[in-house]
Amino acid sequence: MVEWTDSERAIITSIFSNLDYEEIGRKSLCRCLIVYPWTQRYFGGFGNLYNAETILCNPLIAAHGTKILHGLDRALKNMDNIKNTYAELSLLHSDKLHVDPDNFRLLADCLTVVIAAKMGSAFTVETQVAWQKFLSVVVSALGRQYH
Amino acid sequence: MSLSAKQKATVKDFFGKMSTRSDDIGAEALSRLVAVYPQTKSYFAHWKSASPGSAPVRKHGITIMGGVYDAVGKIDDLKAGLLSLSELHAFMLRVDPVNFKLLAHCMLVCMSMVFPEEFTPQVHVAVDKFLAQLALALCEKYR
Repeated sequence: MVEWTDSERAIITSIFSNLDYEEIGRKSLCRCLIVYPWTQRYFGGFGNLYNAETILCNPLIAAHGTKILHGLDRALKNMDNIKNTYAELSLLHSDKLHVDPDNFRLLADCLTVVIAAKMGSAFTVETQVAWQKFLSVVVSALGRQYH
Repeated sequence: MSLSAKQKATVKDFFGKMSTRSDDIGAEALSRLVAVYPQTKSYFAHWKSASPGSAPVRKHGITIMGGVYDAVGKIDDLKAGLLSLSELHAFMLRVDPVNFKLLAHCMLVCMSMVFPEEFTPQVHVAVDKFLAQLALALCEKYR
């Protein structure tokens, strides 16, 4: 089981309480699709992804980014049981969506970059350590049920 | 995944903008590497301290960033330009290549923190590709 210090819990909670889900969700997913273009393979039905500009203006992508970020809420609310909380979602990504689990890491990295931009110097070393620990647990849980 | 002419220009442009803060970013990036990925401290066991923010870590981060800037100047032929650095990493330092990716990520995070407006997705992809090419050139002599 993952152990969280009080400090780590406080840091993660604080990041989420100040989060603009729409802004950060949209920016993170767009950045992932632009920086790692092969991730676009999962978004065939999402309209125009022709170049960076069209991706950044795409409302379907924006909406999906928000959805993904709200999905992280579940991990926040169940920090001591993330693996089981995401069991069903993991199966969904494996059996229905057929997403290569390495993509979770790519999106997590983009989310970190976007949050770093938003928080600036407030994204301290301690904050980054806690945040990346949280994301790595989420990423691991999402890949857990693949078979 | 080689750089287009436009991306090379983007990299040069962004690193130009970054130059006044490059020491800070280099020092911060290495500090974050050893903090977020503690296994990387294994390469610095011979230092007095390898903890994030310590003097040797900051100093070495600045050295590394200096090497990255040097590579920007050699962007058209990284393999040839970084030959001796590659030999150093292959025969002396023997840093596992996976760590170049981890450090690159920490550099990107720092760039994003210090230049939130300029570090657009387009700049991000160009710099990420450049750092990946740099890592490849550093690995050239490994085996």
